[in-house]
Amino acid sequence: MVVFDKPKALTDVPFHYCPGCTHGIVHRLVAEVIDEFGIEGKTVGIAPVGCSVFAYNYFNCDMIEAPHGRAPAVATGVKRAMPDNFVFTYQGDGDLAAIGTAETVHVGARGENITIIFINNAIYGMTGGQMAPTTLPGQYSTTSPYGRDLKLQGNPIRVCEMLATLDGTAYAERVAVDCVKNINNAKKAIRKAFEVQKNKLGFSIVEVLSTCPTNWGKTPQEALEWLRSDMMPFYPLGVYKDITVKEDK
Amino acid sequence: MSKKILMKGNEAIAEAAIKAGCRLFFGYPITPQTEVAETFAKRMPKVDGLCVQAESEIAAINMVLGAASTGKRVMTSSSSPGISLKSEGISYIVGSDLPCVIVNVQRGGPGLGGIQPSQADYYQATRALGHGDQHILVLAPASIQEIADLTMEAFDLSDIYRMPAMILADGALGQMMEPVDFEARTPREIPEKTWAACGHDGKRKHNIVNSLYIEPDELERTVIERFEKYKKIEKTEVKYEEYLTDDADIVVVAFGITARIAKSAVNAARKKGIKAGLFRPITLWPFPSERLNQLADSTKKFLAVELSMGQMVEDVKLATQFKKPVEFFGRTGGMMPSVNEVLENIEKYAE
Repeated sequence: MVVFDKPKALTDVPFHYCPGCTHGIVHRLVAEVIDEFGIEGKTVGIAPVGCSVFAYNYFNCDMIEAPHGRAPAVATGVKRAMPDNFVFTYQGDGDLAAIGTAETVHVGARGENITIIFINNAIYGMTGGQMAPTTLPGQYSTTSPYGRDLKLQGNPIRVCEMLATLDGTAYAERVAVDCVKNINNAKKAIRKAFEVQKNKLGFSIVEVLSTCPTNWGKTPQEALEWLRSDMMPFYPLGVYKDITVKEDK
Repeated sequence: MSKKILMKGNEAIAEAAIKAGCRLFFGYPITPQTEVAETFAKRMPKVDGLCVQAESEIAAINMVLGAASTGKRVMTSSSSPGISLKSEGISYIVGSDLPCVIVNVQRGGPGLGGIQPSQADYYQATRALGHGDQHILVLAPASIQEIADLTMEAFDLSDIYRMPAMILADGALGQMMEPVDFEARTPREIPEKTWAACGHDGKRKHNIVNSLYIEPDELERTVIERFEKYKKIEKTEVKYEEYLTDDADIVVVAFGITARIAKSAVNAARKKGIKAGLFRPITLWPFPSERLNQLADSTKKFLAVELSMGQMVEDVKLATQFKKPVEFFGRTGGMMPSVNEVLENIEKYAE
């Protein structure tokens, strides 16, 4: 009996990610959800520009590679053309919250019935460790070599909190993939987001606090610890919007 | 039986697109093309289509990229400054071999420029619509009937060759009204879109729509393949119109609205005994270089007339390989030359 296997929605192409990077975990979770819903043949995924640009090689569903930051607009085009298909984007923090902020905010405002999987690792990974819109105050990067100075470089953006204010956002949750418990929670959140899309309730986003040991200059273990000690207090985990739950008055 | 309808150029673009089976329009308001989006907004709900107003030109062209990836017919429309914003997306669309139709109802530039008619985006359309080695099909109508015919043709061409096709119009054509017959044209045969990312339904391997080739040899190969396609298009898809060129001593070369002014000037010149003719490129890319080169053997001079400081004139020089002098007359910034001004230039250079 097979107790652990690669999800069918993932191809046999080996991931190119660095040791200790959490992209692989999140890819797997998305693929598991696609398998469980049985929707691989009805899903179109949008890969971003960034470390996960090659996501189109890893998922077995039809895939499109978008220009930097434009994945939500590309997803809108796909969804409007094929409203009964599942459409997800997979985007990093620079892609989603810097160059693609307008596209991100407006899929929320329109209530576009798509799902964004948002990888927040507080840094630009692919280009080699530059400051991201989510880089923490004081955090070192190659373009904030003395630590992020809020007077010079401005404040980080809390994406889920911001998008939760939009009427078209049906579901927004921040999760992490630093331990088994949180990974299970992340899976539940991704499942929920796809469920929201299935029921055509509007825009859904799952923000995943992730690690980048290579560009953080840490071992994989230290990176997980830093995610817990520094990122989580600034980016609290939790559900920021869920229109399927009636609020207690 | 077909019937003619009196219509604005901008409205005819939308009607022709619907006629061609386009049910998805993504746009952003900009003068002088706003009636394109307004016509779609009115008409799409009646034909089970969608007209989505994007948050920016950048978003609009990327929505086009997404919709085109599914294999559905899709278009966007804008005017000069908006086209500049779309150029990133257009380059990706070219690199991903996606079909779509892009309309540019040109206005004066650079910068915010003005809102009056212009042809100063000729370089942009034919040379540098996006980064990288690339071409797109560029069609330049000169009447509302031709706007309708070429819009439908643009959809067919872009599907056949898997590349964007642009309708390069101008503020005058967009705003003026003429009778138009939407039944005049016969649609072409379109290949099946087996490459589309529309959900594989378990029936095939996954399709990937992508413009990234990280290995240089692979990228070079895809670009060369695309340029082989361009060569074929340059042989088979060139369109132009000639008027009194057979015995012409001076051939006026003009496209779009300018060609109509030039035609009147050619008629006026003939009345004065000057053997003038008109050559009107309809496809700006592919440019009708071969025919112009032939004309250079029979005529004495060329006069390019444009609503710019002189852009197409360079293609005329390249096409005719300096066999005969190529002169230029243009107005820019939204100014239109009068028939008399063009006639004066024909007279000046015909001497």
